Amino acid sequence: MQAYCVYTRACIVAYMRVNDWLMADIKEIRGMFPALSRKVYGKDLVYLDNAATSQRPQSVIDMWNRITSESNANIHRAVHRMADEATQAYEEARDAVREFLNAEYREEIVFTSGTTAAINLVAFCFGEAFVKEGDEVVVTEAEHHSNIVPWQMMCRRKGAVLRVLPVDDSGHLMLERLDDILNEKTRIVAVTHISNVLGLVNPVREIIQKCHSVNVPVLVDGAQGAVHCNVDVQNLDCDFYVFSGHKLYAATGTGVLYGKKKWLEAMPPYMGGGEMVGTVSFAETTYAPLPMKYEAGTQNFASAATLKPALEYIKLLNDNHLISYNDAIRDYIFKALSEDSRIRIFGVPRGTNQEKISLFSFIVEGVHHEDLALILDKMGIAVRSGQMCAEPLMDRMGVTGMLRASFAPYNTMEEAEYFIKCLDRAINMLI
Amino acid sequence: MTLQEAENAIVEEFSMYEEWLDKYEYLIELGKSLNDYPESAKTDDRLIKGCQSRVWLDYRVEDGKVVFNADSDAIITKGIISLLIGLYSGRTPQEILSSDFSVVEKIGLKENLSPTRANGLVSMIAKIREIASMNV
Repeated sequence: MQAYCVYTRACIVAYMRVNDWLMADIKEIRGMFPALSRKVYGKDLVYLDNAATSQRPQSVIDMWNRITSESNANIHRAVHRMADEATQAYEEARDAVREFLNAEYREEIVFTSGTTAAINLVAFCFGEAFVKEGDEVVVTEAEHHSNIVPWQMMCRRKGAVLRVLPVDDSGHLMLERLDDILNEKTRIVAVTHISNVLGLVNPVREIIQKCHSVNVPVLVDGAQGAVHCNVDVQNLDCDFYVFSGHKLYAATGTGVLYGKKKWLEAMPPYMGGGEMVGTVSFAETTYAPLPMKYEAGTQNFASAATLKPALEYIKLLNDNHLISYNDAIRDYIFKALSEDSRIRIFGVPRGTNQEKISLFSFIVEGVHHEDLALILDKMGIAVRSGQMCAEPLMDRMGVTGMLRASFAPYNTMEEAEYFIKCLDRAINMLI
Repeated sequence: MTLQEAENAIVEEFSMYEEWLDKYEYLIELGKSLNDYPESAKTDDRLIKGCQSRVWLDYRVEDGKVVFNADSDAIITKGIISLLIGLYSGRTPQEILSSDFSVVEKIGLKENLSPTRANGLVSMIAKIREIASMNV
């Protein structure tokens, strides 16, 4: 019991430390993230690629290290002490995710390797159970490849049709088209909560209500949404909600599939083997109850366990002082980019800036995004350039790629100002 | 100037710039100095795979020497291919194949530009070598 108590105590101490820090200063929050203090090319790192993956706080790193160095034993099977510790850490992470999403049951939380794996699971298993030839599946034009390709593969396998809800020039989903697209052949709708390119918060609740009114279930891709919105799956009433751990401070290789019990029970398993079984014989196999039915093979338990400290960290970021500081950074960047006539931003809010997260994809007329990213890199700034795993959306916007700066709560106003200054300098070098 | 001398000259020229941004300025200028590349030669078979930006490499053989021309929609990438062309264009295939292309390491291009697939430096070199091999 001693190891476990030590861990619990360490956690409480860490929690208290975090709290103090938040009341103090953003700079001290940054101190929790070892990577943020590094230098690149002799310059302070300015990490603005958070939408691709976030940095990890020490509490997450400590959890991974603890499991790996002290409690490395396969979960859910052995009765020995180490296995018990590992299992407990893994299952506590599931409880933390349940609470984070406000899911009704812990069995509705399935661990995966990430958003992509979770969508593939649903596309495959839902397809097996409910999709037949001539049926239709709906995605939107704002999706990244992970929320397009798995559905496309399933449609091909089943002889179903993939339909696409378009976006308008500003990047908003054309909801008025949804009524025309939904029909008695529609089996499921998959929509992103927040596009990784546009950064606009989609009205997923409205979409879900509309779909449910014609008995169509909805999968919400929360890869970005889980990081920036207070997700309540019961309030949203979504049928599936998926997200990646590594974008919200947990270890890489972690992901979550939330699915309503009725769907997870009705769908067949995805992969077979490991502890996903009830009884096995060569004649017949029965499956384990939820959620283990979908967790075949040895799980990435050391990483999954880090979801708990990561979600604790997220809770602490939900501090009014910090939120208004982050909003001020977003407004500053948005204004600076909007006022620069050389720059075209994608994903422009219709109403207030609250509709947009601190994520800015843009192009500079006459300048290639890759050149900008290379120069910014040498100034210490990490941004993303390219198609951002959303080629259809690039085509829709008529570009071959974009530059994207995505902020996290640990980014400072000084960094934002430095980014705008460097961007201007880079553009001047290239024009 | 032999190929080796040309490679050494480039290494020396690059060593004058301490800051990477200055090296980029140099590459940007090199990119701008490339010969006009005809739109009609921007075909898929001349496209170098593995680059984030598009890079086209065309060539012809004159008096047993390979003459390259190239273009890219990104200027730094264009500077890199321009640098390679400056070294290897107008050389015999045997000369080109005699090079170990370590010049890109010596000037830090490989280390600083190609850890990602962004600019496809490795693909550019492979394509130049392939063209040389085909014309031995």
